[in-house]
Amino acid sequence: MKAPVFDYHRARSVQDALAALADGNGDAKPMAGGCSLGPMLNLRLARPTRVVDLRHAPELRRVEETSDRLIIGALWTHAEIEDGAMPCATNGFLPSVAHGIAYRAVRNRGTIGGSVAHADPAADWISTLLTLDARLLIHAPDGERQASIDTFMLGGYSTELGDDELLTGIVLPKLSSRGRWAYHKICRKTGEFAKAIGAVLHDPERGLTRVVCGAIERTPILLEETSAALGRAGPQAAAAVLRDEIDRRLSDHDAVFRQMHHTAVDRALAELGSK
Amino acid sequence: MSHTGIGARVRRKEDARHLMGRGRFVGDIKMPGLRDVAFLRSTHAHARIRSVTKPAGAEGALYTVDDLAGLSPIVTRSTIPGYKESTHWPLASGKVRFVGEPVAMAVAANRAEAEDLCDAVLVDFDPLPVIASSEAGRAPDAPRIHEEWSDNLFLESGFDSEVEEVARTAPVKVTREYRTARQCMHPMEGKGVLAYWDYQASQLVVVTSTQVPHMIRTGLAECLGLDQARIRVMPPDVGGGFGYKCVLQPEEVLIAWLALTRKTPFRWVEDRREHLTAGANTRQHQYRITAYADERGRLLGLDAEVMVDTGAYSVWPFTACLEPSQIAGNLPGPYDFQAYRCKTYTVATNKPAFTPYRGVARPGVCFAMELTIDAIARAVGREPVDVRAENLVTADQMPFTNVTKKHFDSGDYPASLRRAREMIKMDEVRERQGAAEPDGRRIGLGFATYTEQSAHGTSVFSSWGLSVIPGFDQASVKITPDGGVEVRAGIHTIGQGLETTLAQIASEILTIPIDRITVTLGDTATTPYSTGAYASRGIVMSGGATSKAAQVVAGQVRRIAAHLMKCTPEEVELKDGRIFAGNRSITFADVGFAWYMRPDLLPAGVDSRGLEATEAYKPDVDSGVFSYATHAAVVAVDPKTGMVEILDYVIVEDCGRRVNPMIVEGQAYGGTAQGIGTALFEESPYDDLGQPLASTLLDYLLPGPTELPSIRMDHFETLSPYSAHGIKGVGEGGAIAPPAAIVNAINDALAPLGAELTQIPATPERILAAILAAKGQMEKSRETAA
Ligand SMILES: Cc1cc2nc3c(=O)[nH]c(=O)nc-3n(C[C@H](O)[C@H](O)[C@H](O)COP(=O)(O)OP(=O)(O)OC[C@H]3O[C@@H](n4cnc5c(N)ncnc54)[C@H](O)[C@@H]3O)c2cc1C
Repeated sequence: MKAPVFDYHRARSVQDALAALADGNGDAKPMAGGCSLGPMLNLRLARPTRVVDLRHAPELRRVEETSDRLIIGALWTHAEIEDGAMPCATNGFLPSVAHGIAYRAVRNRGTIGGSVAHADPAADWISTLLTLDARLLIHAPDGERQASIDTFMLGGYSTELGDDELLTGIVLPKLSSRGRWAYHKICRKTGEFAKAIGAVLHDPERGLTRVVCGAIERTPILLEETSAALGRAGPQAAAAVLRDEIDRRLSDHDAVFRQMHHTAVDRALAELGSK
Repeated sequence: MSHTGIGARVRRKEDARHLMGRGRFVGDIKMPGLRDVAFLRSTHAHARIRSVTKPAGAEGALYTVDDLAGLSPIVTRSTIPGYKESTHWPLASGKVRFVGEPVAMAVAANRAEAEDLCDAVLVDFDPLPVIASSEAGRAPDAPRIHEEWSDNLFLESGFDSEVEEVARTAPVKVTREYRTARQCMHPMEGKGVLAYWDYQASQLVVVTSTQVPHMIRTGLAECLGLDQARIRVMPPDVGGGFGYKCVLQPEEVLIAWLALTRKTPFRWVEDRREHLTAGANTRQHQYRITAYADERGRLLGLDAEVMVDTGAYSVWPFTACLEPSQIAGNLPGPYDFQAYRCKTYTVATNKPAFTPYRGVARPGVCFAMELTIDAIARAVGREPVDVRAENLVTADQMPFTNVTKKHFDSGDYPASLRRAREMIKMDEVRERQGAAEPDGRRIGLGFATYTEQSAHGTSVFSSWGLSVIPGFDQASVKITPDGGVEVRAGIHTIGQGLETTLAQIASEILTIPIDRITVTLGDTATTPYSTGAYASRGIVMSGGATSKAAQVVAGQVRRIAAHLMKCTPEEVELKDGRIFAGNRSITFADVGFAWYMRPDLLPAGVDSRGLEATEAYKPDVDSGVFSYATHAAVVAVDPKTGMVEILDYVIVEDCGRRVNPMIVEGQAYGGTAQGIGTALFEESPYDDLGQPLASTLLDYLLPGPTELPSIRMDHFETLSPYSAHGIKGVGEGGAIAPPAAIVNAINDALAPLGAELTQIPATPERILAAILAAKGQMEKSRETAA
């Protein structure tokens, strides 16, 4: 289980990284924390001829605040988010989720951008960012664009990022002081990926009322009816329509799977109700 | 001076180096010219090999079975009637029989380059129908895993003392089917082997991570066609064995062959992925059991049919048949009943070769038996502890020979159950269960009582038909010229603390503190013969031999000291590391000095064996000394998620005299942690094509510190009448009971919902499925009623 030979390029800027990727003709891979790429290299599941290390490009660690947005670079680690190394726009939502990812050794290296780009369906950030209706900043050789998290992830481990593109930042909404959230994940053991994720955000002032069900072996889903019921009549009303919506949206899964996901979201709603 | 002999709670001698990262494992060794080896392993579970094409320029760096000149396959013999041998070529010959079977071997300057070489090999497989389960293996039209066999059974065997009569008359009858998952053992250090040719000694030196170095020498000699004197097996630090390293590994044979053939050093170190796939080799049983009882739950008889998913080959030397023999022999557990039938099917499948794992079969049989006891208790409406107590062999029956001729030497089994019940506060748990939990979870309480046959010897292993049978174990004890002690034994240290406990036994006899006692283990060139560390035998066998050798040396010391102090040997007393005659005393160094440096001071006609003795030991009765314990667990089950939390865990164990109570506790904690893994987490599933579905630690869950409860423990010390110092083995016990105790607790929690679990690991999915199924059943019966 040792990686095959590859070239290593330490990028000093986003431009440098983009150039190094373009130069690789589709055979180059960016590396952030290396938590997922490292094992894939060792298992020889990924065989890039060149690895482009992103950790030394300063733009990827920027923090930018506007009146209603916070933009953070893609290379912030889970541990830094957990520790509050940048301003928090989400009333503690991001640090709390970060704290629940794996264990500290993984959080010290793993990055929010790496996690989103990797698009593991069971990972925490994709469900969280979907709940926050965050947007993603993408740099391509021909310029920069923003993507909606809804459409960014095409499926498990698959995103709209091209081989020569980089995820450079996350655009987060600033929640109002009355914005509340709840996040419930079910895992077998500490540090394990989630079996089911329920995430809820309710910030009427910002027009954000979103209920998300994640860890469903594909892109996490926004539960529209449950979200609408939450906005209209609160967590209990949302819980009343949840079972039906889960059963319908996850009809390709068995009863045990649906039960587990129903519970995750139901508990997130209950936690929101008690906040 | 503080006592460091038997019973002292001293720190382990081996820990300092391990805690400082100064251990020396196969992977730590550096050697000029060392080449690393990687294996190209089969991606098919069952396939004919049409051809293997090596890349150009790989001459001398890539080997297939055709290149292994002079090598014989591993063939494990047994005298058990009906047993079928398998021919196991270390590199696949003609066909592959499991995913992960080595097909080719690559040699390079480092592991990565060796793997590059493997990548460049082209194997043309012709897939064959796959046998991925015991049922498939037994199907009448099943393809043969070994073509020359008449079916896919290594063995069909069992035990029968006639159950027909009780089957007809028993008022209570309980039938269940149980399944235990296939597992990997996951020692912290995987397998590893390094071999080189020692020109000075004219010996092949094999530095291997093994539990059984002296046996490995015999096995290697057979495969390599070499005199045993030409082989030195020199095990370094071993990072856990658990059974995984008690058999001759194909990789051991191959690395030894390379070094013998090329006369330069080679090494292979197993990685976790290899372990998870090619090492998924243990625990998988399927039971169908009918128990017969009276209205009080008193067992009248047991009728069982068991299948073992044995994998493709029969391991050397323990064979594919150790597991079924242990199943049939141990299923009756610590209980007293006479009507018993057990049929076992040892089924060859397209999986890695079944290898005995800590507890050998008993975690499975304890799970099956103890769940059955609880099922009987539910059937007769009594507390499971009461039904257990009703059936346990009692202290005044000891020594007791049970239906399968297991000879329980000593102990008070019911007392361990009573104490566990008291410690777990059963009445409080029952009361708590009466009220609903605020978080909606359900509380359950479970017990499991077992015996651990330890240090079973010649008579037992010969009844299993093995070709290598343990007899006497040997140890040497020697006083050094300056009054220190050297102990040597052929057993090996694998994390179980033998460097400390053997020193403690020598210290007990000689009174010399353990920091002046050096223990050397395992090296075939420097230690006397032992079959090795397995079957919870080390402390009884090597401990007994150390005790005996130390006593012989003590006698010599007395005679020389008597001469030096001008008294009779009877007047000499060894105490506090000195030698006394009345209130006069001399030191061991004085005696050592006289023997080695100043023979002119010795008495005339002094015993020429001097201050050194090698003694061989086995207990007076060699059928094993039985440790036992009761485990009790309180769990909370979340009926909405199927998640289980262990709220409380109690162990009441008895392993006779505890040489070092701290090490006994450590063995129980560690074993229990593994047992909790078996109960709740660990599983190597395979699909119908024989593909292992857990190939990383993301898929194969091991319990970590946060999944383990704080375990409370109590001990009895009922000495064995048969062994030196009354010691019994304790290495495996902890792993035996947790699946039974925990799943009994889960079932206790689920009983009000009508759900019952009969399969481990008890995953959230299985628990939810059981709850949903019970709910469906209830709804259906309500509909029919309406
Ligand atoms: C033991 C363990 C437990 C874990 N548990 C959890 C958990 O509980 N919850 C959870 O959410 N996650 C978990 N993770 C995932 C981990 O937290 C990381 O988020 C994840 O491994 C990827 O982040 P990384 O920065 O290491 O990315 P890398 O491994 O460096 O990269 C991952 C992939 O994304 C690509 N990539 C990385 N950065 C960019 C970028 N900026 N632009 C474009 N492509 C990019 C890489 O090319 C690669 O394909 C766990 C990981 C491990 C090893």
